Amino acid sequence: MKRFSVPILLVVLLTTLMGLAWFEVIDLYIQTIILFMGINIITSTSLNLVNGNMGEFSCGHAGFIAVGAYVSSVLSVALFTKSRTFGAPLLPPELAAYGFPLVLIIGGLAAALTGLLVALPSFRTRDDYLAIITIAANYIIISTIINIDKIGGARGFMGMKRVIFAMEKCAEIPWMILWVFLFMVLSVLIIRRYMSSTYGKGVEAIRQDEVAAEIMSVNTNRIKLVTFMISSGLAGIAGGLYAHTIGYVNPKSFDLLKSTEALVMVYLGGMGSISGSIIAAVVFTLMLELLRPLQIIKWVAIPLLLIIIMQFRPEGIMGNRELSDIFPRLKKFYKFK
Amino acid sequence: MTLLQIKDLTQLFSGLCAVSELNLSIEKRELVGLIGPNGAGKTTVFNIASGFYQPSHGEIIFQGRNLAGLKPHQVSALGIARTFQNIRLWKEMSVLDNILVAQHFHLGYGLGSLFFRTPRYLKREREIRLKAMELLEIFKIDKFAEEKPGNLPYGMQRKVEIVRALSSGPKLLLLDEPAAGLQSTDVTELISLIEWVFEQFDLSIWMIEHQMKVVMSLCSRIGVIDFGRLIASGTPTEIQQSPEVIKAYLGDDQL
Repeated sequence: MKRFSVPILLVVLLTTLMGLAWFEVIDLYIQTIILFMGINIITSTSLNLVNGNMGEFSCGHAGFIAVGAYVSSVLSVALFTKSRTFGAPLLPPELAAYGFPLVLIIGGLAAALTGLLVALPSFRTRDDYLAIITIAANYIIISTIINIDKIGGARGFMGMKRVIFAMEKCAEIPWMILWVFLFMVLSVLIIRRYMSSTYGKGVEAIRQDEVAAEIMSVNTNRIKLVTFMISSGLAGIAGGLYAHTIGYVNPKSFDLLKSTEALVMVYLGGMGSISGSIIAAVVFTLMLELLRPLQIIKWVAIPLLLIIIMQFRPEGIMGNRELSDIFPRLKKFYKFK
Repeated sequence: MTLLQIKDLTQLFSGLCAVSELNLSIEKRELVGLIGPNGAGKTTVFNIASGFYQPSHGEIIFQGRNLAGLKPHQVSALGIARTFQNIRLWKEMSVLDNILVAQHFHLGYGLGSLFFRTPRYLKREREIRLKAMELLEIFKIDKFAEEKPGNLPYGMQRKVEIVRALSSGPKLLLLDEPAAGLQSTDVTELISLIEWVFEQFDLSIWMIEHQMKVVMSLCSRIGVIDFGRLIASGTPTEIQQSPEVIKAYLGDDQL
């Protein structure tokens, strides 16, 4: 029972969401908010791996989201749709439903490689210096995209909606809910498995005392690189999902504000807590939408709310604990590894 | 048989000579001490031996292998483990996790099998955990396995740190001032603990210590360094009578 409770719960949740969307009980607007929640969960849990568990301060998460978004968008548009930029589809559009997850994963791998490129020279530094380097990397990525005219440059890149239509020709189901949900579960599972292994505990050791970790046989350089690559790779997958949810990407939407949003979610949820990051992603996405009527005042209200939360609960919603640490009884009912 | 051999070791810190032309060797199954006044360069020698510093000149041979150019984690995989002067346990991890992480060099699985939870991964994780629990049981601290080290008394933290060092199965254990900050009753306990470790495990111990009681009762051989130079070495009684050592510790009476 304990082993199956989480999978059953997830399947029930997924079918409910897809059912609600299919019978049009919830409209497109609410569907989009739910999709953003899923995407933000991937963003916040992946950033939490570096900032919370490893104790490094990465500020350029949006850069990796951008790489994933652009690589997967360009690939899916070129492969499965007829577009002005790339001409006729390279593969039959009927394959879109099967090819899409692969395209997403390729976007993630591209982002992970970018992460490696950023991490290799910068992991000799720590703290503030690493923060500055990652911000710089964020801007380098954006400027690179702006200067590639083939993929739209500063105008942005579109056509991903047609990929979704191609998938819907295959079967008339709310595909994006399915993909976002699957990849969200997958990335949380990857992070959870990584951090609960002895290998991943080396990451915690690095945060708490890097010198001791190195001397007690932990290959700190390698673990830091691997962790950063996992984090940026998952961010890339979040980017691919984001691009296909909106159907349009613009380099401007991956600037420092996006990175800050990711940071806010991590600190709101509590450093190093996976369940905290998930809760914070849901709360933050809801908060953004509920306060939308305030328009520009929203950007006064949200930071104010954050200041208030940080005043009364500086360790974030969960601190560094998981849900099962706060409610030990839950352990009887579920196991998620 | 020689386990560790230090040849003409010199360490310069931008002009400051912390260790100069040090020659020392440690045999298999030997308990050796290293003493000297504050700032004599004892910890620097340990930092070089554990790979944390690269020596400016000279070399360190461990089991016939030159340690030059090796990173600390590679040195520890070869079989040199150490403790620290100021306890450096990972404070937010449980005692058990502290022991687990120190076995990083022989995990025996890759990232792929980690993510897919292959039988190999599960088997290795079980073995690593079992080994750690065994060690904790041997030292009778298994009841603290889930405790954070910060919640334990200082003497117990020392013990945990020694267990952590032993968990990597070292051939040479470096103890950097194990008695620092301990009460006299705890010191007696520590002496019997080190004695017991030396009997139970197949290893050599090299320790830095200020408390003469500890060094004199444990070590079969003692090296004394002052200003980075080896000024005397021999049995505890020889050391106690050496005029060089008395001069280094108490000063010269001819002012």
